[in-house]
Amino acid sequence: MDLIFEKSVKGRRGYENPACDVDVVAEVPVNLKRKEDCAWPELSELDVVRHFTSLSQRNYAIDTQFYPLGSCTMKYNPKFTETACQTPGLADLHPLLPQLKQGEKHAQGALELMYELEQWLAEITGLDYFTMQPLAGAHGELTGVMMMAAYHKARGNKKKYIIVPDSAHGTNPATASIAGYDIISIPSDRDGSMDMEILKQHVTDEVAGLMLTCPNTHGVFNSNVDEIAKLIHSVDGIMYYDGANLNAILGRCRPGDLGFDVMHINTHKTFTTPHGGGGPGAGPVGVNKKLEPFLPISRVVKKEDGTFALNYNYPDSIGYISSFYGNFGLLVRAFAYIVMAGQEGLKAVSDHAVLNANYIRAKLKDTFHLEFDRICMHESVFSAKHQAACGVHAVDIAKYLIDQGMHPPTVYFPLTVKEAVMIEPTETESKQTMDLFVKAMKEVDHLSQEGQTDFSNLPQTTPVTRPDEVRAARELNTNFFELRGHIT
Amino acid sequence: MIPYIPNTEVDVQEMLKAIGVKSIDDLFIDIKPQHKPKSFNLPESKSEFEVLEYIKELAAKNVQDLKYFIGGGYYDHYVPSAVSALISRGEFYTAYTPYQPECSQGTLQALYEFQSSICTLTGMEAANASLYDGGTALFEAIMMAIRITKRKKIVMDGGVSPIYRKIIDTYTSNLDYEFCETPVEHGHSSRSEIKKLLDKDTAAIILQNPNFFGAIDDFTDIVEEAHAQGVLVIESVYPISLGLIKPPGEMDVDIVTGEGQSLGLSLNFGGPYLGFMATKKKYIRKLPGRIVGETVDKNGQRCFVNTLQAREQHIRREKATSNICTNVSLCAVQSLIYMSLLGREGLKELAQTNLNKAEFMKQTLEKIDGVQVKRSSPSFNEFTVCLPIDASIVVEKMIPMGFAAGFPLGRYYEGMDNYMIIAVTEKRTKDEILEYAEALRNVLASELAKT
Repeated sequence: MDLIFEKSVKGRRGYENPACDVDVVAEVPVNLKRKEDCAWPELSELDVVRHFTSLSQRNYAIDTQFYPLGSCTMKYNPKFTETACQTPGLADLHPLLPQLKQGEKHAQGALELMYELEQWLAEITGLDYFTMQPLAGAHGELTGVMMMAAYHKARGNKKKYIIVPDSAHGTNPATASIAGYDIISIPSDRDGSMDMEILKQHVTDEVAGLMLTCPNTHGVFNSNVDEIAKLIHSVDGIMYYDGANLNAILGRCRPGDLGFDVMHINTHKTFTTPHGGGGPGAGPVGVNKKLEPFLPISRVVKKEDGTFALNYNYPDSIGYISSFYGNFGLLVRAFAYIVMAGQEGLKAVSDHAVLNANYIRAKLKDTFHLEFDRICMHESVFSAKHQAACGVHAVDIAKYLIDQGMHPPTVYFPLTVKEAVMIEPTETESKQTMDLFVKAMKEVDHLSQEGQTDFSNLPQTTPVTRPDEVRAARELNTNFFELRGHIT
Repeated sequence: MIPYIPNTEVDVQEMLKAIGVKSIDDLFIDIKPQHKPKSFNLPESKSEFEVLEYIKELAAKNVQDLKYFIGGGYYDHYVPSAVSALISRGEFYTAYTPYQPECSQGTLQALYEFQSSICTLTGMEAANASLYDGGTALFEAIMMAIRITKRKKIVMDGGVSPIYRKIIDTYTSNLDYEFCETPVEHGHSSRSEIKKLLDKDTAAIILQNPNFFGAIDDFTDIVEEAHAQGVLVIESVYPISLGLIKPPGEMDVDIVTGEGQSLGLSLNFGGPYLGFMATKKKYIRKLPGRIVGETVDKNGQRCFVNTLQAREQHIRREKATSNICTNVSLCAVQSLIYMSLLGREGLKELAQTNLNKAEFMKQTLEKIDGVQVKRSSPSFNEFTVCLPIDASIVVEKMIPMGFAAGFPLGRYYEGMDNYMIIAVTEKRTKDEILEYAEALRNVLASELAKT
């Protein structure tokens, strides 16, 4: 398919700007003027509409395909949340408005919404306070770890390490490292949980905290979680809950009750804000009273007269972590979803997410090697090592599934499992859809045993087949204009 | 019950049987009795209709139909209908990060086109596929400059957004870096102060164009000075202004960042927005965030993939260039649709309209007694005025009259209580500007009468 720049025709226009209704023509001083024009393409509106419609059709998405990408919680995004965030009075509000004198008066609805969302999240998670500011899950992690650092600084603690299990998402060690900590990685035991004996050996006075995803990326809920919390707290360490897999435990347990001091939520997972092809996300961070003084500013507060305000007056706060109050458009969607679901709905979410994951686990466990053969939570991790022995690797299985009209599960993650195939169906998929998936998985296994198909030529139904990734990195063509001499 | 769970009672029974357990509760055996929630007191579920009515009630408590003359880095530009229509396609917004390139060519090609559009806009050679927002992008640029130069001192020009400066303060507070700030003189970066601070220990100088006060500048001399000391130059830009003013690429700037909200995104009370970053090709391996590259498939057909992934957290873990996983792909695609509709001529025309209207507004305000328009430096669509009284009071009084009149500088700058910055976009009409002037005249008269 041609690039949009290749469709450009000189003189064509796609959009008419509002008229310039003033009779003043101003000039930029010559030395400050742009010399060479910006080479954005010239197209009609219909050209643009067709281009992007065609592009969209070259994607697999939840709206079109089963998308059991493990650890990503690709659940259906209800359409009404899109309506909610477009409500006039919300989408068009300028973020600097409440920073004007008496400006908060004019943004009461937006502030109330954020305040209410904070109350809901606190009750759902068992933590006491939330900031809505982090712009994604990893941004939430960084915010949480910075609060951890502020806590230790305030206490005069000399801390050096953050403990992270080897099953963790890559963002955990990357975040801890960027926040200035060294990492201690703890291996998993045979049940897929963090190895307690090895953990105990590493818990010293220099440990700032531990980051735990629970259930973890093996789909295993760590039953020792309260013991771990005691251990970490005994050296004045902070327990960080990575909320990536919160979808498994709604109404069944709460991080705050389990002994966690701080957590982030990925609204694009549990609370079904769209993944957007890779963002934007939102990563609200919750804390208990221990970390409350360090929350970022501003904070939304309810005043005695029942009105809402932004308070910047927290001397121990870590400060500004983003420009404003968070990805408000996504917070509105998450809020709409949570209010709609209510207590019963949220509990049902986790019940059915776990039921669906176990159904797939049960249906496939005789076909694929199950790394941790036990009841799982929201996802199950298989290894395609038997199929790989026949020459069909996890990546081949992924490409085969694409040809069956399904988005593949996560492959080669977690790094702890060889030839990993990580399946998270979510609660919004039906038994019929999962049965089709199971059938396709059994077929691919069958083909691997028979040695019938040359998998390296798959997929064949997509607009392009397997890309040459080595060439992409070697030749590094990341800008259409670079090779065409348009660089100014 | 929520209508997004398709399992019927029959399905549930069949599935439990296949799993070999009696009830859903049996699947939660690892959650021990002592782990049970101490409370889970939430309201009952509601219908879609009820929720939307509730949200409408909340929205009605916000001011409606305000005429924004506030910018400060976030501008009330018009978003063409085709942008919202196309970005609402489920194939875009319900997909995830393009881990499987064969079934993600839509997102991947769009991100390649986005990177290219940012490159030609800024005059740079290589861009990433977006970052959270303009403020965090600037922080990432600083970290990148430190990685490249292996130096630890940062010089920040006083014209950089104070909001960005506060974010950077937070992120660097635990890190071992030295920060120096240079003053703004008559709206412009102080050449002499900057010169004093640039040395062999300096990693980067951070500039903004137009700066927070609205002044536009040619930084070529600063860039030359910096490069002579091996210092990298980071420039934060406002995309729409680049339709007319000199882009960073024409000044040999090393790293460019910006807030892309003005490229077809709603104001949304602060987000989601669009951070972007571009650099010289030689620094591409030090760029944070996702990068999409062109390649060919097995049949020799052109296609696109995430490339240079070895820099990223899911591969490198604690050694990654950044902890970022999600970026803001959808906002990047949204801005690409906007840029494609506007086109090269549309951008120039839009920038000129903004410039003309701002000049008309300056001339109109200059006719009001006591209002001083700062003209010591040229500007684009935002400029500084000095009022005879506290600007925050004037702005407060003008909101009920339907105007967000400007952003008072006293909030972030000591001794500037009487100053504010005013932004004029293409959405502001001649009539609105004249009505604004009338309202301002009245507010000043009545406030001055009080004293």
